[in-house]
Amino acid sequence: MARYLIRRILLAVVTMFAVSVLTFLLFFAVPTSPAYVMCGKQCDAHAIAQTEQRLGLDKPIVTQYGEFMKGIAVGRTYGTGDLAVKCDAPCLGFSFRTNEPVTDIIKRTLPVTVSVVVGALVIQLVIGVGLGMISALRRGTAFDKAAVGVSLVGASMQIYFFGPILLLIFVYSLHWLPNPAYTSPFDDPFKWFTQMILPWVTLGFLNSAIYARLSRAQMLETLSEDFVRTARAKGLPKRKVYARHALRAAITPIVTIAGLDLGGALGGAVITETVFGVNGLGRTSVNAVNDLNLPVVMGTVLLAAFFIICMNIIVDVLYSVIDPRVRLS
Amino acid sequence: MSDPIVESAGTAVKQPSSDGTPLLSVEGLTKHFPVRQGVFGGKALVRAVDGVDFSVDRGQTLGLVGESGCGKTTTGRMVVKLLESTSGRIMFEGRDITHMNRAQMRPLRHDLQIIFQDPYSSLNPRHTVGKIVAMPLQVNGITPPGGVKKRVQELLETVGLNPEHYNRYPHEFSGGQRQRIGIARALALRPKLIVADEPVSALDVSIQAQVINLLRELQREFDLAFVFIAHDLAVVRHFCQRIGVMYLGKMVEVGDRTQIYEEPAHPYTRALLSAVPDVTKIGTEGRERIRLEGDVPTPLNPPSGCRFRTRCWKAQEKCAEVEPPLLQIGTGQQVACHFPETGPVS
Amino acid sequence: MTATASSAATSGVADDRPYLEVDDLRVQFKTEDGIVRAVDGISFALPRGRTLGIVGESGSGKSVTSLTVMGLHNAARTRITGSIKLDGREIVGLDDEQVRRMRGRDVAMIFQDPLSALHPYYTIGKQISEAYLVHHPGRKAEARKRAIEMLDRVGIPQPKKRADQYPHEFSGGMRQRAMIAMALVNDPSLLIADEPTTALDVTVQAQILDLLEDLQREFNSAIIMITHDLGVVSQVADEVMVMYGGHAIEFGSVEQVLRSPQHPYAWGLLQSVPSLRGNAEEDLDPIPGSPPSLINLPSGCAFHPRCAYKMVGGGPCDLEVPELLPTADAGHVVACHLPENERRRVYEEEIKLGAAQ
Ligand SMILES: Nc1ncnc2c1ncn2[C@@H]1O[C@H](COP(=O)(O)OP(=O)(O)OP(=O)(O)O)[C@@H](O)[C@H]1O
Ligand SMILES: Nc1ncnc2c1ncn2[C@@H]1O[C@H](COP(=O)(O)OP(=O)(O)O)[C@@H](O)[C@H]1O
Ligand code: SF4
Ligand code: SF4
Ligand SMILES: [Mg+2]
Ligand SMILES: [Mg+2]
Repeated sequence: MARYLIRRILLAVVTMFAVSVLTFLLFFAVPTSPAYVMCGKQCDAHAIAQTEQRLGLDKPIVTQYGEFMKGIAVGRTYGTGDLAVKCDAPCLGFSFRTNEPVTDIIKRTLPVTVSVVVGALVIQLVIGVGLGMISALRRGTAFDKAAVGVSLVGASMQIYFFGPILLLIFVYSLHWLPNPAYTSPFDDPFKWFTQMILPWVTLGFLNSAIYARLSRAQMLETLSEDFVRTARAKGLPKRKVYARHALRAAITPIVTIAGLDLGGALGGAVITETVFGVNGLGRTSVNAVNDLNLPVVMGTVLLAAFFIICMNIIVDVLYSVIDPRVRLS
Repeated sequence: MSDPIVESAGTAVKQPSSDGTPLLSVEGLTKHFPVRQGVFGGKALVRAVDGVDFSVDRGQTLGLVGESGCGKTTTGRMVVKLLESTSGRIMFEGRDITHMNRAQMRPLRHDLQIIFQDPYSSLNPRHTVGKIVAMPLQVNGITPPGGVKKRVQELLETVGLNPEHYNRYPHEFSGGQRQRIGIARALALRPKLIVADEPVSALDVSIQAQVINLLRELQREFDLAFVFIAHDLAVVRHFCQRIGVMYLGKMVEVGDRTQIYEEPAHPYTRALLSAVPDVTKIGTEGRERIRLEGDVPTPLNPPSGCRFRTRCWKAQEKCAEVEPPLLQIGTGQQVACHFPETGPVS
Repeated sequence: MTATASSAATSGVADDRPYLEVDDLRVQFKTEDGIVRAVDGISFALPRGRTLGIVGESGSGKSVTSLTVMGLHNAARTRITGSIKLDGREIVGLDDEQVRRMRGRDVAMIFQDPLSALHPYYTIGKQISEAYLVHHPGRKAEARKRAIEMLDRVGIPQPKKRADQYPHEFSGGMRQRAMIAMALVNDPSLLIADEPTTALDVTVQAQILDLLEDLQREFNSAIIMITHDLGVVSQVADEVMVMYGGHAIEFGSVEQVLRSPQHPYAWGLLQSVPSLRGNAEEDLDPIPGSPPSLINLPSGCAFHPRCAYKMVGGGPCDLEVPELLPTADAGHVVACHLPENERRRVYEEEIKLGAAQ
């Protein structure tokens, strides 16, 4: 296990490295210089050159990459003499646009994304898996048929359609909920909750449709397994047959998918954030790409890659904990 | 037939053949599967087949028997080159085919066919029976006289299916009928040798008998040779003239039907035979059973010397130290045992 | 095993009374294609300490019969009529909860494929103790002790260590032993074994059959042994029921059914199995055709399309369903329209020579 983890972590580091190189290359493959975007209309060649120099964009790409990596590892200093600005490790640089340190941007936006994504995940797991399991156990009944219908609708609904409708109803017409925004739960948990509830419900509900279908199918398959018959043959009450024997086996693939989903969503719940106008990581990274804001792009991309890779490792380890047949090697 | 005994790798290989060379001969055939093992991910080798020798003559059937996991399927798949062997030599009609690639094998594909165990998963459910049976013809670009369709219908008739069922799909047939479709497909190219891997194991007794009879009939009619893999010793006895008994990747006894069934010499062969419940005996009457203890050891780490020694009641020190070679004994069969049994089975 | 001894002592007097009585049992499933008459009127009785072998091809209703005795069918989609009495107690129509309480305690079952029948995520020991705990709630430590004891009893070496392993760490034969340990942990009076050795090698099959025999002697339980292998039946059964298309077509002691069978289907079965004796050069004698669909069973005798002795064309075979009727031999019943002396003659003159060799 330890050996396995070490191998996976080394692999993760290599992957992160590759992602960073790739992002760098892609960035410089774009013909427009970020300096154009930054200095706007009244730019002349001189101003652009100056800006480029200030941003360090005039240096060879390899040097820039080297400095960037050095910044992450040990920190770096921008400019010289009086103008020198020190940036401590892990330094991801400063936003081209606002000059805010990228690490600060991430610190500001990450909690927003985590709030949205984790809250929604809880909802989608509870509703989705619950619904799926129950309809599997009551297969063929009215409940099952209704659940299958609803999840079909849910799965085909899109958030940019469903989100604005809910906003319109609950925020603008009924005034039941405040406009979604982000307040730290440590400052005002109640406000955090009421502001987040709409994104949660929207995202959670839509995703729960997929989970409901998945868990229903999984559960039905498990219920026809021989070991479920064995459990019944022992004389176990239905409740225990389902909870201890069927559920445990049916839930494994769901855990895997939920874990991978979580990794992906943390990397950028762009659409949700855009629809509800909260400034999380996803939105920030999209804006940064539009602005050719290299440091911010690098920072958010690396963070997203980090989440996805981490969740992959966690899911694999979890899988081996749930299923004794899986050996990590 | 002046010199039926040929020395190879210290092993006597009998080649009872009319024109000297057997249709198929296999020497030292070996397959080791590398697997990762354990928490620390160390590499290990599954010694699935470990130096097996046998030969099959034209029109003859060699049965391969042994417990699950002893390497029967692996051997069969290597013979038809569905699996590359780790070492050893496969000769077909005197030609070395061990390392032939796909292109070189192409002309030989006609002669070498395989039938699989599972009549359900071995047929593509989306193809009609006609298409399935015609596939080998088409792949090899053969247009038989009278056209593909006519040939396919002949084949269906040969295996006892209604030629009108040409356009039906596999799911419309029963297990036994599906196995016939698999046989028709194998016959399409008029092969000289068919490797049949447990072709009747998944079938009901009454259907099993039908398919065995069909195979026997085809063998007589087309002078087909078979490598017939099965774990049912009674089935093998009814279909095979020669039998090879395998244990943990090794051939432990090879001989003809009477030798193996009347006077088996290897303790393992005796144990296998005596474990088969006999319908003609009821309850405990006339039961002098040899009871094997425990299970087959893992092929990852087979016992030293004789691989059967962990379950053998005759095992002695020598058995752990020296691996017994496959040698011909007085009664004619080849046996790999230091202390072979003699006399008929009770 | 003091519990067994005492229970055997208390029931000792009435031991001749059958423990299991099945009377005119019919089981039907509603499916999209129509009604499957999986079991269509079978009756038998089985006392403690005896073994009933049920033979027949796949789809003949063997498993359905046993699952019905266990009360394992989905009540919503299954129609069960007739009577099943366990120790005198009717279980057809009994409420779910009461049937559940008997499952695993009075009747236990082992299945064909022990790997899929064991839960992959729980240790063997845990699965066995669970079976004990269902019927002895709260006695955790005792359950584990029992589990280890049973593993030891079914011949698993180092039972303590093995109890903490998972099914995938066991070999096929050991898994089936573990299944047997699990089934016997509550000293059931009836053990149903549904093709328990079909997935195993002959050598391991021999071990398992010996084990079942030993355990039966020790626990004095009744056993239903379902198999398609006549060899297995001949070795373990006292009585044999031959099933075809959901019907019992012949029933009798193992000698009666295997030594002087009277039903053409039973003849067919005996003749079609290859044996280790006799002339191997001769072709086998298969039953032509294939087993019938239970949705659309042939009229009259379900076997008539495949029967070499059928009397059709005004004859009874394609018109009337033959009843299971007694023969001259007490206890031997056969469902065939052929007159008994004719059946005896055919068997003696045409079949026996070929089959018994
Ligand atoms: N691809 C593979 N990788 C690793 N091990 C393998 C592989 N294929 C087969 N083996 C192992 O090789 C051994 C021989 O397998 P093989 O399938 O030839 O057995 P068999 O005699 O046909 O058994 P059965 O009667 O169950 O079909 C077994 O221990 C099996 O687990
Ligand atoms: N739950 C079910 N629903 C519908 N048909 C079933 C069900 N269970 C079994 N059957 C059918 O009943 C028949 C008898 O099955 P079974 O008793 O399992 O046969 P076997 O004799 O091989 O054990 C088969 O045709 C089978 O398809
Ligand atoms: S060599 Fe020894 S151990 Fe092997 S089979 Fe012969 S007697 Fe038994
Ligand atoms: S009743 Fe008729 S068809 Fe059926 S088994 Fe007897 S002779 Fe054959
Ligand atoms: Mg195989
Ligand atoms: Mg069955």
